[in-house]
Amino acid sequence: MTEDRDRISTQADRAVALQGLIKSYRSPNGPVRAVRGIDVSIERGETVALLGPNGAGKSTALDMLLGLSEPDAGAVSVFGHRPHNAVAAGEIGAMLQTGGLIGDLSVQELVSMVASLYPRPRDVEDVLALTGILAVADQRTQTLSGGQAQRVRLALALVSDPDLLVLDEPTVALDVEARRDFWAAMRFFAARGKTVIFATHYLDEADAYADRVVLMANGRVVADGPTTEIKAMVGARTIRATLPDVDADLMGGLPGVTVAERHGETVILTCSDSDAAIRALLERYGDAQDIEITGAGLEQAFLALTGNESQPSVNEEVFA
Amino acid sequence: MSTATYTRYELLRTIRNRRVIIFALAFPVILFLAIAAPNRNVTDFSGTGISTSLYFMVGLAAFATMNAMLASGGRIAADRAAGWNRQLRVSPLSPSAYIGTKVLTGYLLAGLSIVVLYACGVALGVSLPAARWLAMTGLLLVGLIPFAALGIALGHLLSSDSIGPAVGGLVGVLALLGGSWFPISGHGFLHDLAQALPSYWLVQASHVGLGESGWGVHGWLVMALWTIALIGLARRAYRQDTGRGT
Repeated sequence: MTEDRDRISTQADRAVALQGLIKSYRSPNGPVRAVRGIDVSIERGETVALLGPNGAGKSTALDMLLGLSEPDAGAVSVFGHRPHNAVAAGEIGAMLQTGGLIGDLSVQELVSMVASLYPRPRDVEDVLALTGILAVADQRTQTLSGGQAQRVRLALALVSDPDLLVLDEPTVALDVEARRDFWAAMRFFAARGKTVIFATHYLDEADAYADRVVLMANGRVVADGPTTEIKAMVGARTIRATLPDVDADLMGGLPGVTVAERHGETVILTCSDSDAAIRALLERYGDAQDIEITGAGLEQAFLALTGNESQPSVNEEVFA
Repeated sequence: MSTATYTRYELLRTIRNRRVIIFALAFPVILFLAIAAPNRNVTDFSGTGISTSLYFMVGLAAFATMNAMLASGGRIAADRAAGWNRQLRVSPLSPSAYIGTKVLTGYLLAGLSIVVLYACGVALGVSLPAARWLAMTGLLLVGLIPFAALGIALGHLLSSDSIGPAVGGLVGVLALLGGSWFPISGHGFLHDLAQALPSYWLVQASHVGLGESGWGVHGWLVMALWTIALIGLARRAYRQDTGRGT
């Protein structure tokens, strides 16, 4: 944790390396190829969203990252160690997708109990304050609301002051306000140079809280890059302009434009390269007015990248 | 980093769990008082030459401690139902420390119920030489080892819904066939079957308090075999549950 930051990236500087991971498991319907060969490398300090629909293989990948299951093929390394050793050294804090809290302890006692397992825990009171559960510190865990319990689970993941925080669909049961509070606590943590990887199928969460998005579908990584780059990959930016007298078909021929439509006096250009398109537009049609350029949002990027194969047939998913 | 704090909280949880306290601690004591108190002046229980109080104090000590050790299975199944065992597996707590703590809490409960039963026994007129109290208690604690392993195995094999009735029924049958309630007659099929059970030898351990001799080679051999087999079963059940292969 005191390594020279200027040193060139080595295996140990890298927070996470997943190489050629493959994992199948048995289900009542036969074997499921949950993860079909993924390669992901995450540097220290990155906040990465693992984004994908249900059944994309996100949880299976995170289970292997955490050492909860062994890959059929491929290798996992966390800070240059095998997951089991990184876990044993207390380098990982995790909030698993499923899981409740054990009863017969107060919130404060439960967080203290978990803190005691780690070599360098944070102050329990601080963590309770950060996660907004100081008010229920003396309450038994079985009496908490769903949102409070989820924040206790975040406190359990943070109290060890881990170098890598892994969150598997952490806000799935929370209302809007609780989600915002949750991410505020997570951001406070990430701001201290920690590495965070979270799985989500909420596109807005990946957009708002991750530096980088790893998009998964059908057990594969279908896109991996900065959030802005993922959006740009499908080129889904839209230019709108008021331009009454020009034929929409002509506009469609502009560089960087994939589709041109006209709605009354407004033309709408869907662009693969909006930078080239806007230059050409202003050069040729200097009288264009009310110009707007909007990003498509991750939702559209997501549909464009996974739409064709996001609904696999049962036969494809299951091989006998 | 040590597991002392973790163990302390685990013990605290166990003591606060009303169901554990009622079934593992209070139930055997109430049963003992119900049987022994009205018969406290009976000095020759069913021709054994032993007082009813003493006979049932030692028999229930075997029953209660067996119950207490198997209760750890219920707590493991509850941890699994809450997904808590997975949470612990992404912490530095080792599997052996997790299981060790469960065994320790089982022994704590067993120790508590022994103390309470002995105290009730003394209140109802039981009087033994110190050496005999110690010998009986020592052999009982050794005899609980296979039950500790059985509790761990069941805790990883059964769901939290099914483990209560399963353990309740199992303890009942084991205690009955082991002779916890009445003496197993000296010969015949039932006696041969009983002698193959760990509960029979646990009851024999408690019968050191009646002046009997304990286990002998036969007893030690049966208990050693059960211990090996049940530790093997517990290991398998743990591995199967955690998906780490066999």
